[in-house]
Amino acid sequence: MQKLRRTMMYVPGNNPGMLTDAHIYGADSLMFDLEDSIALSEKDCARLLVYNAVKSMDYEGMEIVVRINGLDSPYGRADIEAMVRAGVDVIRLPKTETAQDVTEVEKIIEEVEKKIEKEIGSTKMMGAIESPLGVINAVEIATASKRLMGIALGAEDYVTNMKTKRSPGGIELLLARSQILTAARAAGIYALDTVYSDVDNEEGFREEVKLIKQLGFDGKSIINPRQIGPVHEIYAPTEKEIDHAKKVMKAIKEANEKGAGVISLNGKMIDKPIVERAERVLELAKMSGLIKEGE
Amino acid sequence: MKNAIEREIPENIVWYDTVINYATPFEKEPTGRKIAPLLKQVKPSENKLVNSIEELIQKAGLKTGMTISFHHHFRDGDYILNSIVEKIAQMGIKDITIVPSSLSNIHESLVEHIKNGVITGIHTSGIRGRLAEAISNGLMEKPIVIRSHGGRARAIEAGEIKIDVAFLGVPSCDEYGNASGKGANTICGSLGYAKVDAAYADQVVLITDDLVAYPNYPASISQTDVDYVIKVDAVGDPSGIASGATRFTKNPKELLIAQYASKLIVNSPYFKEGFSFQTGSGGASLAVTRFIKAEMKSKNIKARFALGGITKPMVQMHEEGLIEHLFDVQSFDLVACESIMKNPNHHEIDASLYANPHNKGCVANQLDIVILSALEIDVDFNVNVITGSDGVIRGASGGHSDTAAASKLSIIVAPLIRGRIPTVVDGVNTVITPGETVDVVVTDRGIAINPKRTDLLEIFKNTDLPIFTIEELKEKAQKIVGKAKPIAYLEKIVGIVEYRDGSIIDVIKQVK
Repeated sequence: MQKLRRTMMYVPGNNPGMLTDAHIYGADSLMFDLEDSIALSEKDCARLLVYNAVKSMDYEGMEIVVRINGLDSPYGRADIEAMVRAGVDVIRLPKTETAQDVTEVEKIIEEVEKKIEKEIGSTKMMGAIESPLGVINAVEIATASKRLMGIALGAEDYVTNMKTKRSPGGIELLLARSQILTAARAAGIYALDTVYSDVDNEEGFREEVKLIKQLGFDGKSIINPRQIGPVHEIYAPTEKEIDHAKKVMKAIKEANEKGAGVISLNGKMIDKPIVERAERVLELAKMSGLIKEGE
Repeated sequence: MKNAIEREIPENIVWYDTVINYATPFEKEPTGRKIAPLLKQVKPSENKLVNSIEELIQKAGLKTGMTISFHHHFRDGDYILNSIVEKIAQMGIKDITIVPSSLSNIHESLVEHIKNGVITGIHTSGIRGRLAEAISNGLMEKPIVIRSHGGRARAIEAGEIKIDVAFLGVPSCDEYGNASGKGANTICGSLGYAKVDAAYADQVVLITDDLVAYPNYPASISQTDVDYVIKVDAVGDPSGIASGATRFTKNPKELLIAQYASKLIVNSPYFKEGFSFQTGSGGASLAVTRFIKAEMKSKNIKARFALGGITKPMVQMHEEGLIEHLFDVQSFDLVACESIMKNPNHHEIDASLYANPHNKGCVANQLDIVILSALEIDVDFNVNVITGSDGVIRGASGGHSDTAAASKLSIIVAPLIRGRIPTVVDGVNTVITPGETVDVVVTDRGIAINPKRTDLLEIFKNTDLPIFTIEELKEKAQKIVGKAKPIAYLEKIVGIVEYRDGSIIDVIKQVK
């Protein structure tokens, strides 16, 4: 089963209470932040805290992503070293603009993995694209390393660079979103959308989630546990979709048993994309608690 | 000697002729009769109005060694208790036992009056702040007695608390003693706790800052019970009595707990047309009301009644037709205070009708579901709501043990850890509510059902709710915060915890 990444929740790396609790709300992934939410005077403290949290806390199998400081800062290298040693699942690069940004980080990750005799390649990477140059280079970024499990849009810096600001409809992000999404799909990796900062505006948040789901994003970076419910709800398949997916899978099974070459359901041919969509629907349905394992 | 839940109880306690140990929730049966108030005569020409607090105290016949009572409907805005005790001290009266229905932070000046010998005994539901700290540190010679709201009403009716003078602050009253929870300056809604004192005290005096023309009807306290009336400048600070703001929590942890609790309630056999419930005023508890409301609407289910401290969300549900009756012993916010004055099915009830186990049936006995909070819960499901993790008194018994015992489904909501302090522990510091009356514990990291509720275990066997054993919850907490060292206590007993039936369930010792 493919991993779901509908929600990737930011957690400031310098807050012990949040590091202790973050996983209880049921996000698909946690993203501990060492970068923008951490003041310069707290950088090493956050790094230490996240290192120890990852080493000692039981996150019950939840995916742990850490957003590190860039290699152009005095903290990036130490962040990578500590996080690989801590054993995080994914290292998220901020402000990725070129393939080289990815490969430079990868090189350091690999060095550390070798040093501590960790399986080479076991630490995954993720790139956040936050600038016009990054958007233009989305394809080369997405294909820069086998470690990359996904790319994400970081919209705040991007819209400023584009000399605009975010609007409720998100028209200003249409190109960036489409470009990043298409690059991710071409590379066969995940695409995650940017954060929605107005936590109290649930209605606006829901509209944005519906939009990015329709575009095809795998999920969204979120900043508050209260945003988890709406995303998972919107991503949950409808009863009709589940029913159809079950029928597709049943038809496939029957056809395979019979050794039939061409499969059809209600007169329509079932081809690979339809099966893949059905599998994804059932997977989402299971994760959303709408159907049980084995159904 | 140890009681049935393994708590060491002394054989002799100064307040009791015979100490009866807690056994099981309904084991201790009452005998005898209720006490009766004194027969009195007020002749047609006589006037109940007095001019000064001093005159009031003299006329009421207050002397050294007596017992006086107060209510806590004015919460942190109460001026009555402090001003009366101050005057008593000035008049040279000493050795007074006070039996307020509860105490707030505002009453910390009692510390001085305990030191100077004016106050020598306290029976109450809760104490907080500096006063509680001082008592936990051994300030008083005689231990305080902690009772539940139902237990206090029982003890008064049984004559175990004999009130010589009840000093009752009221938002408005007339010269003849008809009092209401609404006045020109303050509003507190229900006077449910004061009603019991008015009915049984030897002397009942009303203190108001809004003296109105006779008759002040409808009246919560009746002229037939009242000896004297006095008008003062102010009975309390309106903002401390009832706040207009109902806290709609945005705390994700409280919301998560509330979500789990409401899922549990909705899938329980009690959530059906005509059910009843009680929730507290804490963030998670109020949020449960919110979630249940949505479920009631979507399933078209209405509640017959809601009980307890009444809050704005309950009033809204009542006014929307989702709850038929509100039984209100204490109105928690302004909206509740105003509702009780205008909505005919928002009923004022006294503490005995609310939760007294030894009358012919309290409303709590009819209650389906109650949601309660906790400072600590132990692996036997015993609940502590009175002492903190440092052993110091910092809470209130309230209606906790009453409604847990009387309801069909009692749910405790609490975070599994608070900072570095675990909530689920091996043994609670102080038992207020015995585990055999607690059905479910809901935390942010999992739910535990009391093993004696095999019916509930069966129902929730195949749920997606995170159900664990209580031991598993305890271990989860310990894994995060470690195991706490036991609190160092001295031998001196500073508090007695009386169960609602009058038996002794636990004691509180002096902290080291």
